Amino acid sequence: MYVAVKGGEAAIANAHRLLADRRRGDRSLPAIGIEQIVNQLGLAVDRVMGEGSLYDRELAALAITQARGDMIEAIFLVRAYRTTLPRFGISVPIDTAAMEIERRISASFKDLPGGQVLGPTFDYTHRLIDPALAEDLPVDAPLTREAPETASPRVTDLLAGEGLIEPDGVVSSEPPGDLTREPLEFPLSRELRLQALARGDEGFLLALGYSTQRGYARTHPFAGEIRIGEVEVRLFVPELGFEVVLGRVRVTECQMVNQFHGNAETPPQFTRGYGLVFGQAERKAMSMALCDRALRAREFGEDIVAPAQDEEFVISHSDNVQATGFVEHLKLPHYVDFQAELDLVRRLRAEHASERKREAAE
Amino acid sequence: MSATTAMTRADALRLLALAEPTRLDAVMQSLGPEPAHEVLRPAETGLVMVQGRVGGGGGAFNLGEASVSRASVRLKTGEEGHGYCLGRDSGKARQIALCDALFQRDPASVTSTVLVPLATELAAADARRRAETAATQVDFFTLVRGDD
Repeated sequence: MYVAVKGGEAAIANAHRLLADRRRGDRSLPAIGIEQIVNQLGLAVDRVMGEGSLYDRELAALAITQARGDMIEAIFLVRAYRTTLPRFGISVPIDTAAMEIERRISASFKDLPGGQVLGPTFDYTHRLIDPALAEDLPVDAPLTREAPETASPRVTDLLAGEGLIEPDGVVSSEPPGDLTREPLEFPLSRELRLQALARGDEGFLLALGYSTQRGYARTHPFAGEIRIGEVEVRLFVPELGFEVVLGRVRVTECQMVNQFHGNAETPPQFTRGYGLVFGQAERKAMSMALCDRALRAREFGEDIVAPAQDEEFVISHSDNVQATGFVEHLKLPHYVDFQAELDLVRRLRAEHASERKREAAE
Repeated sequence: MSATTAMTRADALRLLALAEPTRLDAVMQSLGPEPAHEVLRPAETGLVMVQGRVGGGGGAFNLGEASVSRASVRLKTGEEGHGYCLGRDSGKARQIALCDALFQRDPASVTSTVLVPLATELAAADARRRAETAATQVDFFTLVRGDD
């Protein structure tokens, strides 16, 4: 029997009011300001911008507050917000070679033009909890040194001269696909995969990248270069008739250099995986580059034997907003479905019992 | 950059977009009272899809969107101004549009009063950050092993 049920409005309203109370917490403590989050929890903000696929530091900080620090909930809020805005246009592709560098390292080349610049990194810290941070003690200003005039070209451009490494590839005159506009159809272009990976879940991509290192689709990677810094975003504005700079965005770029590929025409050369993410997000950019390379298996004629090489598996499950939507929908009332299952299992049990009885009688 | 170096309209729009809103308001105020104008397009916020390139220099791909504000005005004297900037600060977009229009009417005074101070501050902030970054550059040295 199907019974339509209504109800819960009051409970829902009260639950949301309770949520607002718990979010604010102890009223004797000052509320956290958005600017404080932007300044002091900057990497959380960066993660929400990257996976929310919307560059807006204050908006991401607001989402983190509203979500009580639940990152995937905050990412969900940002994704929902972006659907309410019109799109003014598509930028000129950013030029990461022209970046205002804040960090730039290479694990494969010691001496490179522009040098190894550590920037504000957790690397080489001892990972010991610092009790002094519990108090608001003065912090030393950073030291300065005269900045060199030398440019910092991308490492892959340095190596490309000798043909030792595969080039960036041909630039198509066709605009790249956009997964926010058209549904995904497999197999995907590398451009579409990179869009999906750039907004993919850091934890999921980290685990898949790790799996390639542990032997599930080995690609022998070296961190050719990681660079973090700000680049200018330019847009062609029709009413002006020229490109204008809209501002700067901070991005993290990772060039993973992997073991060789060659064929009858091309002598062996290093292959590459590429990562590019909004904000300071080194772990994510590295994971993205590992996944990008693994997902190029078909292009290089490699056997597809591991999850990280399976495009449909990786891309269909990398979006944490989609994933959480489907997992969490299980919480919603399924009373009718469950009633049907209950009827079914009762009938099966009854049949089972009568079968047993008949067998015993024979 | 000196006031005598001719700035293009694109240079001006870049400096205005990169300015902090409070600084922009301050330098615009020193330009005098707001000029008489009509609104061609009320300030609004939307998105621009930011693209990257495969491998840094290959085919374009869609990296993600950024919030962008824009506005357009026309001065009583006829000049049209358009303002575009990252973020949701529609007031800033309107200020940029006004300044863009004024720049066409009187480039010299806009350059000296607004653009040169903004360019100087931007250069100083960039130089400071570069110097802080440079202090974290690794200086490699070779240990003398003395085994030969």
